[in-house]
Amino acid sequence: MNIQAADTNITTDREPKMQARRVNVFYGDTHALKDVNLDIYADEVTALIGPSGCGKSTFLRCLNRMNDTVASCRVKGVMTLDNEDIYSKQVDVVQLRARVGMVFQKPNPFPKSIYDNVAYGPRIHGLARKGDELDEIVFTSLQKAGLWDEVKDRLDTSGTALSGGQQQRLCIARAIAVNPEVILMDEPCSALDPIATAKIEELIDELKGHYAIVIVTHSMQQAARVSQKTAFFHLGNLVEYGDTVEIFTNPQEPKTKDYITGRYG
Amino acid sequence: MNTYIVLLILLALSVLNFTLGKKRVLAAVNGDMAGLHSLPNHYGWFAVIFSLTPSLFILFIWMVSHGHIIDTILIEKIKATYGALSDFEINVHLSDIRNLANNDAVSVAISPELREAADYYDKLRVNSFWAAALLAFGIMLGASAYIAKLITPTLRARNHIEQAVRFVLVASSTIAILTTIGIVLSLLFETMLFLQHVAIDDFLFGLKWSPQTALRADQVGSSGSFGALPLFAGTLFITFIALLVAGPIGLLSAIYMTEFASDRIRTIAKPVLEILAGVPTVVYGFFAALVVAPAIRDFGTYVGLDVASESALAAGLVMGIMIIPFISSLSDDAITAVPQSMRDGSLALGSTKTETMLKVLLPAALPGVVSAFLLATSRAVGETMIVVMAAGMAANLTANPLDAVTTVTVQIVALLTGDQEFDSAKTLSAFALGLALFIITLCLNVVALYVVRKYREEYE
Repeated sequence: MNIQAADTNITTDREPKMQARRVNVFYGDTHALKDVNLDIYADEVTALIGPSGCGKSTFLRCLNRMNDTVASCRVKGVMTLDNEDIYSKQVDVVQLRARVGMVFQKPNPFPKSIYDNVAYGPRIHGLARKGDELDEIVFTSLQKAGLWDEVKDRLDTSGTALSGGQQQRLCIARAIAVNPEVILMDEPCSALDPIATAKIEELIDELKGHYAIVIVTHSMQQAARVSQKTAFFHLGNLVEYGDTVEIFTNPQEPKTKDYITGRYG
Repeated sequence: MNTYIVLLILLALSVLNFTLGKKRVLAAVNGDMAGLHSLPNHYGWFAVIFSLTPSLFILFIWMVSHGHIIDTILIEKIKATYGALSDFEINVHLSDIRNLANNDAVSVAISPELREAADYYDKLRVNSFWAAALLAFGIMLGASAYIAKLITPTLRARNHIEQAVRFVLVASSTIAILTTIGIVLSLLFETMLFLQHVAIDDFLFGLKWSPQTALRADQVGSSGSFGALPLFAGTLFITFIALLVAGPIGLLSAIYMTEFASDRIRTIAKPVLEILAGVPTVVYGFFAALVVAPAIRDFGTYVGLDVASESALAAGLVMGIMIIPFISSLSDDAITAVPQSMRDGSLALGSTKTETMLKVLLPAALPGVVSAFLLATSRAVGETMIVVMAAGMAANLTANPLDAVTTVTVQIVALLTGDQEFDSAKTLSAFALGLALFIITLCLNVVALYVVRKYREEYE
């Protein structure tokens, strides 16, 4: 599917990984997202910021169709992954979610062993044919998530026994294990202490380039630290979208300026 | 004048006490509520509680004891009049006296002695009533006067009422607990009596159940056989069949209701399923006996199998239907209790609903599901009506579901139906069976509760 550049004010010479065009989301009668156009690039971290209830999490959950699980939710408009409409009938939502992974606000490891947590996705998708292949996937995923050294001696203990920050990194390892192309993070640090937060931010930095990352955050400092692109949402509208440096140093919209200077939100 | 009128007067006096107590304390502070420790109504209730309770207590004591005391006096009098008599004769005289006093039919000709005794009885009755009524009124008035002095603005009426409420609550739960303990103890003692007749290993491991005791020493078949193993085997066999039916159906419908059904279907289907739990077991019973059992027998005859008209299969199937709601509704709770974040986590990794159910939700809900099965089992083990009607009486030790078997509950019913002597091994064996059943279900419930509690800790 080709989307005309004329549809949008976004101009770029690169091919975006994911695109959203005129996306409208309704929860029953509530109009949660209004005409949102946004591009996500493969080698960048895109941060979604804005006050509570502005629609940033809703937008994130549209990107891997997690909103399908909400009965009252309707999505209008076009969303693509590698120029393919992810809301078309041909798309298998199960495969889509394997390509677009997600990390949630509250760490949600399964009440299984650390090993089984990471191996869960590969097992479901048949990514490993033999036991040592699976071991390899678990090893690399935990290593990429920066958790290997801390848990290598206790892979068979429950994932729920880890600390909050470790649990969140386990969830990231679990998402990486499926070998996704995009990782969505919904306020991944909001339940963590500052040290664990710093570790996750470091991790995001390391993962950048391997995966397209979209992160919803309430912390503007975090957005400024980890992202290359920032989108500011307000009351269901995408107010401003651009390079993070630009947004934080020279916002074009007065609302953006008010928000990042802490006037409201 | 009778007891009800006394009660009414006491109640009227307490209403008066309520208003007076309230008025008095308000007058003491000239209507300024800020000067009171408690609300005006508290003083009113204080007056009611502490005047009514002692007088009601006296009335209660009189009601339970006066009959016995008067009888004792009368018996002394009868003995004095007629000399030494047997207990039976004394009782005849007693009832004659009572009947004459009540103007009922009397079994003998009315002699002057009897007339005198009846008058005496009547006098005792009336006097004791007046004594009790006057005592109750006296206590009421005395307490009211004392309370009138007690009620001052600084009286902590609210706290006293709190104490009274607490006392009532403690008393209620004590009654409930003591009753339970009493039942268990009576089971225990009767079982011990039974075990004097029959050795415990004969009872628990004996293979032959033929509970009869001789009425005469020379009677044929005078020695009974109390091997309860066939009964326990039959109970467990029917329970097993019931679980085979209810387990899959209950669990799968719970899974459907929690994860797959739309909201609209769920709001209709769940209550309908729970109606099953409200069907009286006697209805299940005759359904089993009149519909299911003949159907199975006819089908068996059709395919050339020998099926008993009261087969374990029929009872088990219907009992399975009966316990479906237990399993489905408790499993439903367990699955619903798994946090939404587990579903999200699994779905976001690209697993289907079925994979999420099998690999994440069911393992996480497993303790709850297990306890649902255990509670359903204990329900099935103790179930009586269905098996009485559909399972039969023959104590067969068999694993063939088409044979008739009997259960512990059926035999208890059979042992205690009709007139029984209360000290024969036959009757006492019912208590032993009851105790065994009680221990089995208690263990199942304790294990189920333990499993549930362990499960709860996991997510909190």
